Amino acid sequence: MTEPSSVGIVTPQTAHFSEPLALKSGAMLPQFHLTYETYGELNADKSNAVIVCHALSGNHHVAGKYSEGDKYPGWWDNLIGPSRPLDTNKFFVIGLNNLGGCHGSSGPSSTNPATDRPWGATFPVITVEDWVASQARLADYLGIKQLAAVVGGSLGGMQALQWTIDFPDRVRHALVIAAAPNLTAQNIAFNEVARQAIMTDPEFYDGYYYNHGVVPHRGLRIARMLGHITYLSDDAMDEKFGRRLKDGTINYSFDVEFEMESYLRYQGDKFAGEFDANTYLRMTRALDYFDPALGYKGNLSAALAKVKADFLVVSFTSDWRFSPARSREIVKALLDNELSVSYAEVTAAHGHDAFLMPDPHYHDILRTYLQKIETGDAA
Amino acid sequence: MTATHTNFVEYAKIRRDFALIANWIKPGAKVLDLGCGDGALLGYLRDRLDVRGYGVEKDDVNWLACIKNDINVIQMDLEAGLSGFEARSFDVVVLSQTLQAVQNTEGIVQEMLRVGREAIVTFPNFGYWRHRIQLVAGQMPVSKNLPYQWYDTPNVHLCTINDFDKFCANHNIQIEERLVLTNGKPVGLLPNLMGSLAMYRLQTR
Repeated sequence: MTEPSSVGIVTPQTAHFSEPLALKSGAMLPQFHLTYETYGELNADKSNAVIVCHALSGNHHVAGKYSEGDKYPGWWDNLIGPSRPLDTNKFFVIGLNNLGGCHGSSGPSSTNPATDRPWGATFPVITVEDWVASQARLADYLGIKQLAAVVGGSLGGMQALQWTIDFPDRVRHALVIAAAPNLTAQNIAFNEVARQAIMTDPEFYDGYYYNHGVVPHRGLRIARMLGHITYLSDDAMDEKFGRRLKDGTINYSFDVEFEMESYLRYQGDKFAGEFDANTYLRMTRALDYFDPALGYKGNLSAALAKVKADFLVVSFTSDWRFSPARSREIVKALLDNELSVSYAEVTAAHGHDAFLMPDPHYHDILRTYLQKIETGDAA
Repeated sequence: MTATHTNFVEYAKIRRDFALIANWIKPGAKVLDLGCGDGALLGYLRDRLDVRGYGVEKDDVNWLACIKNDINVIQMDLEAGLSGFEARSFDVVVLSQTLQAVQNTEGIVQEMLRVGREAIVTFPNFGYWRHRIQLVAGQMPVSKNLPYQWYDTPNVHLCTINDFDKFCANHNIQIEERLVLTNGKPVGLLPNLMGSLAMYRLQTR
């Protein structure tokens, strides 16, 4: 085995879809495009493709860099590359920006071809089902009939699960990490506060802020700060920041006193400078609405009756936003259907964020499972 | 799945109790193995009897070994019960040489008989004569089936065959079959004295 390494320099691509997409809300997207990246080679019988679904704020840039000078690689770079857990010597990995996103795919900030202006608030509300339907279109476009695996953490894990429900014959393995079968009331509450922060920002203009040359920076910033609090565990925060003071002394002011505040402000500003508020609203709503058991009187086992894929479900002990108990609900429903499932509960201190960390045992789990997946001809 | 796992049929020559457990399980049965270790028993049962198996294991290293052995494995602590499993959802639930190490013995045996139509329980017989001799000589027994010193043993609920018979009678548990072994061979005479390993096939009465 070669030394694990990055996929190197990557280039995003765009796929255009001229066939309309009927959305779960009843709305229709007459056409759309998806921005995506691929790593590794699609093999001769096209049996080694893996889609990596992104979470709330992710995008198609999952691994590698755009240039040698790039400060940061893609958001899950530690997972993907030659001899990394999701090994690009074996797999053809696809990352895409979800519909409604703000990194190149059709979304509120992209141009509505019918009006030649940004969609803004008129861009429809998108669900996890819609994402999966659009991802299936991308698989068609790439000539892939069946995926070796769909991998995702958090909201990405929900997409992986939805894939196995909507396309039982098109996905052989689902890796559902730090996910849940639906959001708890507490989780919906966090999302609502985030949305209210954005929508009550005077520069939101009912979602048409593009026309006014402004962005609801303050709202988006607060939304992100709130998010960051929930992605970390109490212990991890204490360890990382504790009560440490920014200047080493108390100034009796409302400016940044504690390092915790400094971190949140930095993260909030950074995010608000690069993410679209309308996209944030839609991503959180997709989370809220996700509930495959809804049409089955809350019975998740019944909702998964047609699923055929094999599963790896992973949770993290300190994740209180998507707790292990929620992952165990998914596992139980899979067991009830006598599906092939393994479940790991990783001891980790980092809370929900742990799914993006290169913890050695966690990566061993993913590596070992992924190595076992059969693919046909070598690339 | 690619076949790079342990050769379980070879391994079972070392673990003689595997074959005897297999005698109690129908081909194609759905089996849950509690405290499944590296998945060797489930691997053997799959390769020999084509059983559909799931393991339960809390240890990280064993959990990974199960994945390497192509065994479906659920990471959880047995002591928390089996609430993640539906009643009567398995043909057989196995607890192989783990009974003596669990805290909530009554709860786990009851959970096994809720989740499974049958339960198979095996444990080292504390009444084995070699153990008794060591006790008479004034020291805690150490043997092939009880390989620990008193200070490092995970075993908290050691029992004899007589004790377990009584436990079943008091808990409304029907003993369908009982097999007692020493060095992998069945023991007929004075099992509580001559046997080192006890195997039970149980149902709810």
